[in-house]
Amino acid sequence: MSGPVAPVAPVAPSPSSTITRPTLSELFRAFAIVSISGFGGALPWARRKIVEQKCWMTAEEFNEAFALSQFLPGPNVVNFSVVFGSRFGGAPGAAVAFAGLMGPPLIIVTVLAMLYARFGDLEMLGRILVGITAAAIGLLIAVVAKMAAPLFRKGWDWGPPVAVAAFIGVAIMQWPLPLVFVTLAPISIALAWVKR
Amino acid sequence: MNGSPLLPLFGYFALLSLFAVGGANAAIPEMHRIAVEVMHWMNDRQFADSFAIAQASPGPNIIIVTLIGYHVAGLPGAAVATAAMCGPSCMVAFLVARTWDRFKEARWRIAIQAGLVPVSLGLIAASAFVLARTADHTIYAALITGITALVGFATRFNPLWIFAASGLLGLTGWL
Repeated sequence: MSGPVAPVAPVAPSPSSTITRPTLSELFRAFAIVSISGFGGALPWARRKIVEQKCWMTAEEFNEAFALSQFLPGPNVVNFSVVFGSRFGGAPGAAVAFAGLMGPPLIIVTVLAMLYARFGDLEMLGRILVGITAAAIGLLIAVVAKMAAPLFRKGWDWGPPVAVAAFIGVAIMQWPLPLVFVTLAPISIALAWVKR
Repeated sequence: MNGSPLLPLFGYFALLSLFAVGGANAAIPEMHRIAVEVMHWMNDRQFADSFAIAQASPGPNIIIVTLIGYHVAGLPGAAVATAAMCGPSCMVAFLVARTWDRFKEARWRIAIQAGLVPVSLGLIAASAFVLARTADHTIYAALITGITALVGFATRFNPLWIFAASGLLGLTGWL
């Protein structure tokens, strides 16, 4: 419905009017497609499908749901499928989104495991993988930029400095992720509490 | 060790499921410790190959546990390891999501949610940075990363085509 930059534009007045609700079978299909497309991580594909193509969530809602999924234990995207599915379809929704996300790759990876057990040579696969990984990282950078847009658009309040601090802590200083999280999350939550 | 390996397989991954804050990549070192050093299910090379296959396959990277399970005990092992790794954390996610949505208007919930977003964003950015630094060994690989980032951000072009082209470039051995 709109270019990738359009969700960044201030569409705030009536975000809910453009939001549609998925049925259970749409939910399953969406997560199956996200998962089959998701080489090198499913996050960029989940955002593309849910925010840009289906308009099931606004950019802000997606950020919030994904942030929640990230701080629950377990794989982020798997958590996200459960959080997203349960919001739109309760327990059946969660189960269906999870099955869509995990089903196809399980079949593919089992076949690969059988091939590996028989042949055990991954040199060619490894070289192809180097190329795909380089592209997958680029896609991840693009999605970070898109997810950052709603945060930075609100102006330079507490959000952007916290995001930059988290980045520097893990990427540049190479502090352990749990440490950075345990330090920054309470500060950020307190600031969110005070500022609103 | 007596009895079936399915039990330790289930036990270890179910436990890891609840402690794996930060997703699949954060849990990799612990999986390596269990599978290679503690339980001797596989050697280093086999673990690295499992990681490569998991990365190469579409879908969540957590699928590496399916490969470890398969290696240890065939199809039943694959099923048990996957269920153990996803089950407990999915239950937690479901319960939290329900509670979360019930308190939609609560001030504490809004503050936590708003507070987590920037931290989350910073951490995803950091993982992109760390991945780029460890995976892009040549200028060509870095170039592919940069081009994909630009195209992914500025256009609606389906990135799968870029992936296919990059895979082919990788196959030639330039990267």
